Amino acid sequence: MDYAKVWFVFWAVLWTGYFALDGFDLGVGFSGWLAASGDAERRDVFASIGPFWDGNEVWLVTAGGATFAAFPPVYAGLFSWLYPALLLILFSLIARGAALEFRGKVQSASWRAFWERTAAVSSFLAALLFGVAFGNLFRGLEIGAGGYQGTFLGLLNPYSLLTGLLFCAFFFFHGQLWLSFKAPAPVAARAAGLALKGWYALIVLLLVFVAASRLGTGLLGNFMARRALLALPLLLFAALAAAKTLLARGLPGKAFWASFAAIVFFSLTGFAGLYPNMLASRLDPAFSLNVYNSASSPYTLRLMAAVVVVFLPVVIGYQAWVYRLFRTPFSSEELKKSGMY
Amino acid sequence: MDTLALSRLQFAVTAMFHFIFVPLTLGLGWLTAWFETRYAASGDGRYLSMTRFWGKLFLINFALGVVTGITMEFQFGMNWAEYSKYVGDIFGAPLAIEATSAFFLESTFIGVWVFGWERLSRRAHAGAMWIVAFATNMSALWILLANGWMQRPVGYVLRNGRAEMMDFRALLLNPYGWIEFFHTVAAGWVIAGFFVMGVSAWHLLRRNQEELFKLSFGAGAVFALASSLLLAAVGDISAVNTAKNQPAKFAAMESVWETRTAAPYTLLTVPSLSGEGNSVEALKIPYALSLMAFHSPNAEVKGLKDFPTQDRPPVLPVFLSFRAMVGLGLLFILLSGAGSWLAGKDLLQNYPLYLKVMLYAIPLPYIAIQLGWIVTEIGRQPWVVYGLMRTAEGVSKTITPAQVWLSLGGFTVFYAALGITDIWLLAKYARKGMEG
Repeated sequence: MDYAKVWFVFWAVLWTGYFALDGFDLGVGFSGWLAASGDAERRDVFASIGPFWDGNEVWLVTAGGATFAAFPPVYAGLFSWLYPALLLILFSLIARGAALEFRGKVQSASWRAFWERTAAVSSFLAALLFGVAFGNLFRGLEIGAGGYQGTFLGLLNPYSLLTGLLFCAFFFFHGQLWLSFKAPAPVAARAAGLALKGWYALIVLLLVFVAASRLGTGLLGNFMARRALLALPLLLFAALAAAKTLLARGLPGKAFWASFAAIVFFSLTGFAGLYPNMLASRLDPAFSLNVYNSASSPYTLRLMAAVVVVFLPVVIGYQAWVYRLFRTPFSSEELKKSGMY
Repeated sequence: MDTLALSRLQFAVTAMFHFIFVPLTLGLGWLTAWFETRYAASGDGRYLSMTRFWGKLFLINFALGVVTGITMEFQFGMNWAEYSKYVGDIFGAPLAIEATSAFFLESTFIGVWVFGWERLSRRAHAGAMWIVAFATNMSALWILLANGWMQRPVGYVLRNGRAEMMDFRALLLNPYGWIEFFHTVAAGWVIAGFFVMGVSAWHLLRRNQEELFKLSFGAGAVFALASSLLLAAVGDISAVNTAKNQPAKFAAMESVWETRTAAPYTLLTVPSLSGEGNSVEALKIPYALSLMAFHSPNAEVKGLKDFPTQDRPPVLPVFLSFRAMVGLGLLFILLSGAGSWLAGKDLLQNYPLYLKVMLYAIPLPYIAIQLGWIVTEIGRQPWVVYGLMRTAEGVSKTITPAQVWLSLGGFTVFYAALGITDIWLLAKYARKGMEG
């Protein structure tokens, strides 16, 4: 078995898990306030992601650690070449975490307002910047013999910004759907309405993204060469159609899982298009970092594959249990007892 | 300053800041879980109050440990790309295993503990805190096995222009990593014990909720005493291990310049500020340094002059930090021993001066643990991986000093604001006392 290829799949799965899970709490973070009116409702919005966001974020930490272990040059290249961008993502994630933890710790309206704004801005920036980063991965970077030769502003090209907005649209839809079955009635109803509007924006952005990817990137090449891969984007659109139908039928909980599937298939579509590259060069394919020239030794890849195969199902198991444990909304008594609000 | 110096400074700032918050978590989790188990077993409401009070402080502190930890993971790639490429094959593995096996566990179950009071049985709820406490300490194990590999690289082969893993068992069983692990977690437990004693002392001095805070003080004192004894014992093993595996670091720790057998321990040493040697050496205890280094009175202890200048770590910070750390470590045994005795005899209230000392002693184990890391990491210089790769070879080639100035400035300002807010919140909730 070629463990480098297996590890490309794990790599894609870990990022996909991150986007599908942290996606909704980032979405709630930057757009939840739109569905809430007044302090009590905003509290409910934050409480809906309270037990989950921390565990969701570890998918990112694991994706990062796995990149380090399985594809060291990719890890080194991604983080050092995109230094200012990664720094901004990092600051956004730190600010988001601090905002979610600190918000309810002082009984003062201005204190809460400050951290709510911080949560909104930092969640939005994180969502946008992850999109921008992956947009650049899809598009390819100016990688030469000495590494990345472009500039920070070069990362903010139209295609990547489009991908950034697309990520924000996905997470907006995902987050509003989460609220529409997790938050108390008035918030949930507003969120369902917002999700429906967001769905149209998401579809438009997605179609523009597909067209731009066709024109400006080689992302679609793999799908032409191996038609079976087309199942992934087809499933993406099917999941999005299902999400809309379920939402319109008043089944927001099921619509959320359809949206979850949509993000999974979107992410897998992107990675399938990228393969075998991880950091593709726009200048010369010889400088691209791919599964062939960037993987760790077979020994390490095999060991780490065993770690993933043993631990990841366990992680998924207990995280699923936690989602079940907290499937019904919190009572005011419970929120008070948590000491968080 | 160049990229190398700036990147080192940034790593030091972010790692030391991260390590203001992590060590308390390592111990306070165990204590909170213990209190909650007492409550679950007996239904004694005092232990519920204690669980909720110390658990709340645990959480406020935990939050910053988590968010600043992501920085550490990003930073190897951002600032140390050459290092990451060269050793990622073996060094990346424990980091990825940490995330998969421990970090997921603590981050998921902390949510269960915070929000699950009404959804779980008492026992299961206490179980969630045991899981969190276990997972935080497991996290430390994997991180320290990674650091232990940088101190004493094992289980690798140089191939394809990099260090490739050859033997995972060697990495897993590296005594250097295990010694660091026990020394570090024991230090974290001491921090937690002193934190509990100090906060309790503040309330006892004001005669607030005396029964609850006496109980807390007693538990903190016994925990701190046991941990500081363990800390000293592992510290002794650690010194032997360092003398054997990193003789230049050991020589710097004691500012020993000449290699000799039957080496005495010099109580009063002042390293020379210019050039080699010490300007003062007095009060020698015969054989003591050989005993300390190798548990054998006649063993040979290497001096710094045996190493080429470019292979020596900076002596002064390593020497001073080590002496101060050891002194503080002995003080912790005395203070926590006195506390255990006074709490056991229910005499705490008769010694307000002792209580006051314990309040102001809260920062001391924090200082000691930072000094310990200064010894470990500056003492490893000029190597990033001891004997294998120099720190200067590990820094990213594509980043510019301007970029690192910006990020370092950003971290400093941002972290200062977060740190002040968090410590202010800790103080606010610590003063508030327990719920009914």
